[in-house]
Amino acid sequence: MLALAALTVVFFALPLVGLLWRAPWSRAAQYLTDDDALQALRLSLVCSLWATLLSVLFGVPLAWLLARVQFPGRSLVRSLCTLSMVLPPVVGGVALLFALGRKGIVGQWLYRWFDYQLPFTTAAVVVAQTFVAMPFLVITVEAALRQTDDATDDAARTLGAGPWYTFRRVTLPEIRPALIAGAVLSWARALGEFGATITFAGNFPGTTQTMPLAVYLARETNPEQSIVLALLMIVISFSVLVALRDRWFTTAGRQR
Amino acid sequence: MRRPELTPIIAMLALAACAACTTGTTGTNEADVADDADVADHTGQPDRITGEIVVFAASSLTEAFTAMAESFRAEHPDAEVVFNFASSSDLVGQIDEGAPADVFAAAADEPMTRLTTAGFTATDPVVIARNTLAIIVAEGNPLGITTLADLATDDLVVIVCAIEAPCGQGAAQVLDKAGVTLTPRSYEQNAKSVVTKVTAGEADAGIVFASDVRAAANAASGVTIPAEVNVTNNYPIAVTSSARNSAGARAFIDFVLSAAGRAILTEYGLLTP
Repeated sequence: MLALAALTVVFFALPLVGLLWRAPWSRAAQYLTDDDALQALRLSLVCSLWATLLSVLFGVPLAWLLARVQFPGRSLVRSLCTLSMVLPPVVGGVALLFALGRKGIVGQWLYRWFDYQLPFTTAAVVVAQTFVAMPFLVITVEAALRQTDDATDDAARTLGAGPWYTFRRVTLPEIRPALIAGAVLSWARALGEFGATITFAGNFPGTTQTMPLAVYLARETNPEQSIVLALLMIVISFSVLVALRDRWFTTAGRQR
Repeated sequence: MRRPELTPIIAMLALAACAACTTGTTGTNEADVADDADVADHTGQPDRITGEIVVFAASSLTEAFTAMAESFRAEHPDAEVVFNFASSSDLVGQIDEGAPADVFAAAADEPMTRLTTAGFTATDPVVIARNTLAIIVAEGNPLGITTLADLATDDLVVIVCAIEAPCGQGAAQVLDKAGVTLTPRSYEQNAKSVVTKVTAGEADAGIVFASDVRAAANAASGVTIPAEVNVTNNYPIAVTSSARNSAGARAFIDFVLSAAGRAILTEYGLLTP
């Protein structure tokens, strides 16, 4: 058992060690201060935070619907809304093009009425990232909502609390650890998003070229730079995961 | 999209699997022996081609090589051609990281030179085809685009390949020669993704290989770029030094260079030497 667990740790650690081993340390600073790299990093952070915000804003109501409301075809809706987790991201990107692109089901009207084309914009990056990242929040929060008893909600209601007040003061504190965990998972997924972004939003420095795209393209001509950029992404995600993990574990342990 | 980063992980998993079971690896060897016995039985055909032939080829060869594999199989029924299509420089990276390729076919000289210089080729590269660039537009060319200069307007959504990809380098050269300055909306990862966005109606025009336009003939139209500003790029092919099936690799390259192979390449919009 212990040996298998150790092997698993090695399995996850080894690729990272591989990157560290190949990293051109002497030139790392030069690659990191490169204007294009900084631009891509800034775009990545901004877009992934927007995607996380949207995931929370729209994902929590969806999770609540799936966990608390009985309606026919609920499992179908759940599968539909988490499909993008298992869909190859490039396929997701193409599907988004067919839906929201200039000739898409909805996109064609946006284009005709408002002369607006979503693809090739920063907003398209956020949409692509939200599309693949939100399910991580939905399934985490839904699981938490299922575990917590809605009897407390009912109790609050019978004591005269309105639905919004009940949600804010009773339900939300109960699911807070799961909400944070789900948001972090979504953020991490959005930060690493590649396939849907490049397919739906394209690749233009400063507008749609996020870090994973910069890493991928640099890999073809400048592998050294791509390794350094990849490591930078890992450092950022890793520090956030470590910092927040400690926090949500302690809050989960001592639930008020 | 296969990535070379996977290789060490797969190798490690294989290693772990071997450590866990001591008898596991003999299976494939037995299959090899059986194959050899088969060859001996088949009198008069000592160079019968068997087994898997792994071909790493530039993505602009996708359609031509897929058709090639079918014809090749008709001649060598015991061999199976397996493809990995990606951008040429991507494939160089993969081979460099130890990906198991028998044959490498690039969409430009430069990636092949990189591989040869690094000692990863077992045969001298041979040019199998040439390609030129063309403008790809929506089917029927509704916007009436006729020249490269027509693309230099903000009213059009024009996309090109990233400078990292051969089609991007070609596009940069062609635009330079024609004295046209573009502001593309996106630098796509390869020619195929330019084609996808043009056929989906997301972009009005793009610059890709003539063979890509041919491959998308039922969903897009092409506008020829005049020869005096166009660039031609070579498609070199070679057996890799790590080839596990060099006999198969050589047979596949011979087939590509044969009259039948050349006919297939021409059919898919490539020029043959």
